Order: sequence, then C-alpha cells, then structure tokens
Amino acid sequence: MTDPFVQVRDLTVRFPVAGSMVRAVQGLSYDVELGRTLAIVGESGSGKSASSLALLGLHDRRRSIITGSVRIGGREFIGMPEEQLRHHRGNTAAMIFQDPRASLHPYLTVGYQIAEAYRLHHRTTRRAARAHAVDMLGRVGIANPARRAGDFPHEFSGGMCQRVMIAMALVNDPKLLIADEPTTALDVTVQAQILGLIAGLRDEFGSAVILITHDLGVVTDVCDDVLVMYAGRSVEHGPVRSVLGSPTHPYTWGLLESLPSLSGPAGGRLHPIPGAPPDPLEALPGCPFHARCEYPARVAGDRCRTVLPDLAVRAGDGAHRSRCHLAAPAAVFAGEIAPRLI
Amino acid sequence: MYILKRLVSAVCVIVATLVVSFALFFVAPTDPAAAICGNRCTPQRVAEITHSLSLDRPVAVQFRDYVAGIAAGRDFMIGGTVVHCSAPCLGYSYTLGQPVTTLLAQAVPVTLSIVVGAAVVYLSVGVLAGTYAARRRGTFIDRATVGVTLTVSSVPYFVVALIVALYATALPRSAYHALLDDPLAWASGLSAAWLTLGLANAAAYTRYSRAAMVDILSEDYLRTARAKGASPRRVVYRHGLRAALTPVATIFGLDLALQLTGAIFTESIFGLPGLGVLTLRAFNQFDLPVLMGGVLVGAVVLVAMNLLVDLLYTVLDPRVRLA
Repeated sequence: MTDPFVQVRDLTVRFPVAGSMVRAVQGLSYDVELGRTLAIVGESGSGKSASSLALLGLHDRRRSIITGSVRIGGREFIGMPEEQLRHHRGNTAAMIFQDPRASLHPYLTVGYQIAEAYRLHHRTTRRAARAHAVDMLGRVGIANPARRAGDFPHEFSGGMCQRVMIAMALVNDPKLLIADEPTTALDVTVQAQILGLIAGLRDEFGSAVILITHDLGVVTDVCDDVLVMYAGRSVEHGPVRSVLGSPTHPYTWGLLESLPSLSGPAGGRLHPIPGAPPDPLEALPGCPFHARCEYPARVAGDRCRTVLPDLAVRAGDGAHRSRCHLAAPAAVFAGEIAPRLI
Repeated sequence: MYILKRLVSAVCVIVATLVVSFALFFVAPTDPAAAICGNRCTPQRVAEITHSLSLDRPVAVQFRDYVAGIAAGRDFMIGGTVVHCSAPCLGYSYTLGQPVTTLLAQAVPVTLSIVVGAAVVYLSVGVLAGTYAARRRGTFIDRATVGVTLTVSSVPYFVVALIVALYATALPRSAYHALLDDPLAWASGLSAAWLTLGLANAAAYTRYSRAAMVDILSEDYLRTARAKGASPRRVVYRHGLRAALTPVATIFGLDLALQLTGAIFTESIFGLPGLGVLTLRAFNQFDLPVLMGGVLVGAVVLVAMNLLVDLLYTVLDPRVRLA
C-alpha cells in the first residue's frame, strides 16, 4: 500500500498574540488520500485555519514557530525553503478562503488573476494563460466566460467570486485543495452549489480535499473523513459515518446537539454547549474540554482536569479515534445522547 | 455627462476667482502709479501715470475692458504708440513693459519643470522607502525610516532648501535653460531644486506610502497572492503597491497643484524665474495685471488638477464609477 498523499504528523503551530506565544495547533496528525475529502470541524479559534495555513507555510515565518511533519506527495513541507515552497503553493496544493470578495484583488480583473496563477507555474504566453483562465471560468460555471474574464471582482456576486477563487485554485491542476470555510460567507442556496462544485471537481481531477468548516451539515454531504478540533487539538477523528453516527467525544455530542432540528417539534429548544473555549494563553494540563464537559464526575479521580486523554481507538480498524477518559463513551452516546437527537 | 458637469463647475470656479481677485486687487488701497513713479515724484506725474494705466476710470469699466481683453484682445497705449495685445490678453505689465501672457509663458515652464522633476524624485523615493518600511514593520529599519521622515518634515521647508543651497556645492549651478533647447543643461540647472523639493517632500510620501502599505499587507487578497505561489516581491510590488497607489495618488494630485502655485521658496533660493517669483515681484511693485495673471493661472491649475485626480481615480480603482 502506498503512503497517503497528505500525511500530517504531530503538527504544532505557535505564533505571538498580544506579546506571548499561543499554541494554536498542538500535535495534530491526519492523512488524506487522493480523491477523498477530510473535513476539519471546530469552533472559531480551535486551530483549524491555523493548521491549514501551516500546510502551505503561509504563516509569517519570522514570528511563528511550526514543528512536526507535513508530507504532501512524498515531500516534506515543514522546513522547506521559501523559494522551493513557493513552487508548490497553488501548484501541488492550492487554497481557497472564507471571504471570496476580500480574497480577490479588487483592482485586477478576474481573468488576470486566474491567468497569473497559471503563469506563476508555467512558462507560457499571456495569451495562452488567458485562454486557460477563460476555460477554467467556464468549468466552474461562469456563464459567458470570455467576456466575464475582463470583469473585476466587484462585478460578481459572492458565490460567483468563490467560483472564481476555485477556478484560480484549480487552474494548475493541484493534487490537494484546501478549502478554508469556503461557504461561510455565502447564502445557503449558494453554499450547496459551491460544495457540489468542489466535490465534482475533486472527482474529475482526482485530488485530495481538506475542507475546513464549522458546519456539520456540510460534513455529511461531501466528506469521507472528519476531524473534530478543540482548543488546538484533535479530539475525535474518523470516517464521517462512524464519527457522526456514533460519536465518542462529549464535544462532538455538543456540536450535534446544538444543531437546530427540522424534524423536531416547532419551538423546540436548542442545546448550545455551555461556556466558551479555553483561553489559548493559559496552559492546560488536562483534557482541553473538561471545563465545559458534563461528564467529569463519571471519571475516577481528577483525571479530566489533570491528565490529557490519549487519542484512543473507538471502532473499526483504528480509524475512529477520540480523546476522552470515559470508559465507554459509545455507550453513553447510545443511551443518553442519541434519544435527545431526533 | 459627468465630465461635462465637472467642466461647467470648473469654469464657474475660474470665473469667480477672476471676479473676486479683480475686485480685491483693483479696489484695494494700492497706488501702482506712485510705486512706478518712485520717491521724488510730483502729484501731476502720478496723475499722468494713473491716467495712462486707466486706473482713473471706474472699476466696473476697467473690469469690462479686462474681460474683453481676455475674450477678444485689446489695444494699449505704450509710450505714445498703440500696441495690440491679442486674445487672450491679460493686460500689460506696469513695470516690465511686456504682455502678461508673455511673462506667464516664460515663467510657467520653469515652475512646471521644477515641480514635475521634484515629483519624480519624491514619488520614487517616498513610495519605495515607504513600501520597504512597511514590509519590515516594527523592525529597527522601519523605526529609523519613520524617525527620519518625521525629523525632515518638522524642519521648515525653507531651512532645508537653504541648507541644500549652502552645502550642496557639488551640484551644478542652478539656472534655467529651456528643455527643448538643451535637455542636459535643463536637467543639470534644475538638479539642486529637484533634490531639495524632492527630498523634503519624500519624507511625507514615505509616511503616506508606508501607512497605505501597512493596511494593504494585511488584506486577504495578499494572502491569496502568496497562496498561489507569487514571490514575496511580486506580492508586495504587483499586488500590494497596485492597491496602495490609489490613496497616494489622491494626495499627490492635490499636492502637485499646490506646488505649482507655491514653489516660491524653491524658485527664490535657487534663483529660478518661475511663477512664484514673478507673482511675488508683481505683488511688491503693485504690478496688478501680472498679479491677476498669476492668480488666474493658479486657479486654473488647481481646478484642472482636482478634475484630473477624480478622473484618475476611476482608472486606478475600477470600483469607482463617475456619477
């Protein structure tokens, strides 16, 4: 069996916030195979964006400290010189961002911006690059692409801008697409179109996709695996069906419970997770979730507060893991949580 | 349509300037005739001069003649002979015996050469230094750059100019030669003025560019540029500078207009016969037609530059629509 296309091992990202170094990501590990999609889910500040920026070395090099290993297509990306890394950005791996309007240069035409991405990695003429750009615009569903290539971003809607971003990301046929909350800033109806487009292009190009989101609905639709992050750590990780079908971490339960239900009684109450994520400036010896967790009393002694749980295997062939001290979290979910979810 | 509207309002501003400055200068308690006549002068001689300059006629009539001169030209009695001054006639200088338009035509290229040459210096130095400092924000180099610009800006301009004039003896002697006659002499004769006006203004432009660039370096679209594999240089100079130029260009357009009408220190210190020197001399000698001419040129330049900046805006920022 060959190695997965993306192999992240023990990734730790630290950067300064208000004068002290914050551990935004701690010991994160995951794999993504070609043709498959990994969802990274978590609240704002959980480290999901910080970890994905680290994959392409997009953090400020002078100020941040990144350790661990990121292998993409067999090459180690952590510690790769900037000159070399640049040739992989937008080429081996491309990225799209949360706010498509703000992510496109307001003074340059979309055709120029896409063609530029192509020309940065191909020796070719402006005209040929432009033709590629127009072709890509058509493939992401922009009507009349030859004419629209000459328009500026403000002449497109938000959803159309995200299509442009996707065209720009995929113009070099990258084997990895990192989508950082690609639908958060968009209307609900447009969200589905954009996700469908990403999934369709993934199948067409056979690339690996890392989809960062805080929306569990997105996860079930287009992803194969899911990784739940909390306070910079992976707390639950595995195949979507297994993780969302029988989640084994109280934080994942909380995420499921806080989803509004359409099938439940009207006026039914939402169940938000109480409290707020821990202050990243404070060192946490125990489980990062213990302060908001309902179950520390069921764990012997004070372990939730003092000992960090391991990523223990929960089901299957070791694919589904989670970080919890509860003896049989799957049973707790089946007995207590699942009946509350309709 | 928008441009037409702007042109109409531009003409209105210039006409208003014409009326107000004429009223100010010709109604003012000045006595050009006495100034021309000198110290030992008989009242009779003063009256003669006053009459020959038409200053004894009602102001309204004088204004009518002035405007008619601009529109159609007019005749003057100079030393007993009739001289025709063709349209647009801004009158005859009381003291230099030449049409104002001729004097302006000699002075404007001098000022224009000084100001445009200096602009090349301060724009290139300022934008490059500002961008450089912004990229290294918070480092020693950035702080040193900001410190130097603040120091230079807080020294009055004429002091800077005097210091350069006194100490920069290595620079070629200041003198004005027409560009088309001898480009080399033109450049070397103006180099001291360019350097002085240029470096003094470069301080401010370094700060404007730095501020604009610091804002833009944190924009999402620069992260996009990095994510698609652009080199740091391309990210800053192609993507960053393109956006930072818009606010800088706005300030530049208005600055340029002010400098065209106010390069007087530079002209005086370096002995260059520009618009500022001409106007100041006219002011001291009550040479009202020349003074009027200087004010009118200033008004036209200001209005034109304002219009130009607005038009430039639509080129620089595609989101701006003329309405």
